[in-house]
Amino acid sequence: MIHRIPPGTRDVLPDEMRELRKLKQALLEVFEARGYGEVATPAIEYDEVMARGEGRVARSSYRFFDESGELLALRSDMTVPIARLVAGRYADSEPPHRLCYLASAYRAVRPQSGQLREFEQAGVELIGAPASEGTVEVIEVLEAALDAAGLDRAVIGLGDADLYRQLLEELGVVGDERDAVLASLAAHDLVGLEEKLSEAGISAERVETCVALTQLRGGKEVLEQARGLGGEAVGRAIARLGETFEELERRGVAERVQIDLGLLRDLGYYSGAILEVYDPAVGYVLGGGGRYDGLMKRFGLDLSAAGFGLYLQRVHTAQMGESRMGEGAS
Amino acid sequence: MSDPGRSDRPLRLAVPRGGLFGGTLDVLDAAGVDTSALRAGSRALVFETEGLTLVTMRPSDVPTYVEAGAVDVGITGKDVLLEKSDRVVYELLDLEYGRCRMVLAARVGDDRLGEAQRRLGVMRIATSYPRIAERYFESTGRQIELVEIKGSVELAPLVGLGDGIVDLVATGRTLEENELEVREEIVECTARFVANRVSHKLRAAEIDELTAKLREASRG
Repeated sequence: MIHRIPPGTRDVLPDEMRELRKLKQALLEVFEARGYGEVATPAIEYDEVMARGEGRVARSSYRFFDESGELLALRSDMTVPIARLVAGRYADSEPPHRLCYLASAYRAVRPQSGQLREFEQAGVELIGAPASEGTVEVIEVLEAALDAAGLDRAVIGLGDADLYRQLLEELGVVGDERDAVLASLAAHDLVGLEEKLSEAGISAERVETCVALTQLRGGKEVLEQARGLGGEAVGRAIARLGETFEELERRGVAERVQIDLGLLRDLGYYSGAILEVYDPAVGYVLGGGGRYDGLMKRFGLDLSAAGFGLYLQRVHTAQMGESRMGEGAS
Repeated sequence: MSDPGRSDRPLRLAVPRGGLFGGTLDVLDAAGVDTSALRAGSRALVFETEGLTLVTMRPSDVPTYVEAGAVDVGITGKDVLLEKSDRVVYELLDLEYGRCRMVLAARVGDDRLGEAQRRLGVMRIATSYPRIAERYFESTGRQIELVEIKGSVELAPLVGLGDGIVDLVATGRTLEENELEVREEIVECTARFVANRVSHKLRAAEIDELTAKLREASRG
């Protein structure tokens, strides 16, 4: 007899579990070897804590009252609980703090889409390391993690979360118009973006350069192309990206990294560098991360921070996809 | 050997059958894509051309295939993208053909829409675009009861199922023949070029080149 489980959750049987276990161990070894200590936090937080993450995806989808009427939330990611933990436990110790996790988080799903309501994430948080240096270290760990998972073809997209916020400010697009433009950008709806910018009174020529800017992705040449397209906001963003990319080159880990000026993650707490991970074997994003310099402040500790999280089940799917692609080629 | 981003197959393009088929083939021709095999009336679904695999499908399936990455890029109507707005695809280009309007229509000279609104506070609307209809009436502050129809929506008001319809209109002839008229225009729709978000990153050069060719072909 079949007894139901909620859509978006799953049972894992031994064959799959063995493979997942191997993957988890490989990732944890990478994190530990680089000085990231594993932590665990409760799956249930106070809603008020999760709400400090502020942003569309980070907001918890599952909230309920406990026996004394407190509003609780199932965590929707691990970055916010770790920010809370660091603010509480490490306030008096010398940064940087290097922590990693392997944990389940919970989000609402679209019916029948195969999305998981309960999913496992593996990631690191580097708290209290300055911008470029911290970002580079996190990317290095991410690359090592992808290598350990055997994802030879995975690519890391590197973008800048402040670029469009600052660019729109420079262009004088504010309030509702600004939000509408950012929504089109986040959805990567270029037709809508063009419309929204025009409606905000931007000249046709500037609209064209803005849209062109979102399409710049590739190697270092992208920074030069961007320089030709924009004013101060663009200049600042490419200076930040250039510094990070050059440091990656110096350390010999830039090969997998694609600079992407169209990257805009919708988690509300990012600032500066943002990351996304892709693999040609699967059509969706394997994980992401970036800098979230403002987040720690919301917990009363003014430290810069960066990190990434990989969706474990998606990485597992990509492993199988890459091995299939390998067979197809031979 | 590490080989970031490499794929082993040519770029795949979803080509919509149905109303957009002819216009799509014309634009592809103008963009230098060989469509002769598709024009030959073959019942095959997948066609190999130089550097590009053309996959034919229903327009409403395009966002599904593109989102999953089974095809890298595709062409479909804005009406489909609005109706399947939960499908995450990148909308890269307005191809400007296949122009038509999403409208609210009702029987000529009939006030059932108005009467339902006045006396019942809710209109009964038949449509095959439930999400577009729902969003439209919500955004205009009116309540409706939705009746989802898969076939000819024009039939519904003729036999008393629903006070009006929300449907796509190109020339307006079908409406006219069924003694229906446009009461409100909701949105204008054209063919759009869309991409999978991972392909857009990993096959950037190929997709940018195709986008540029299609832009020129559709505006030329």
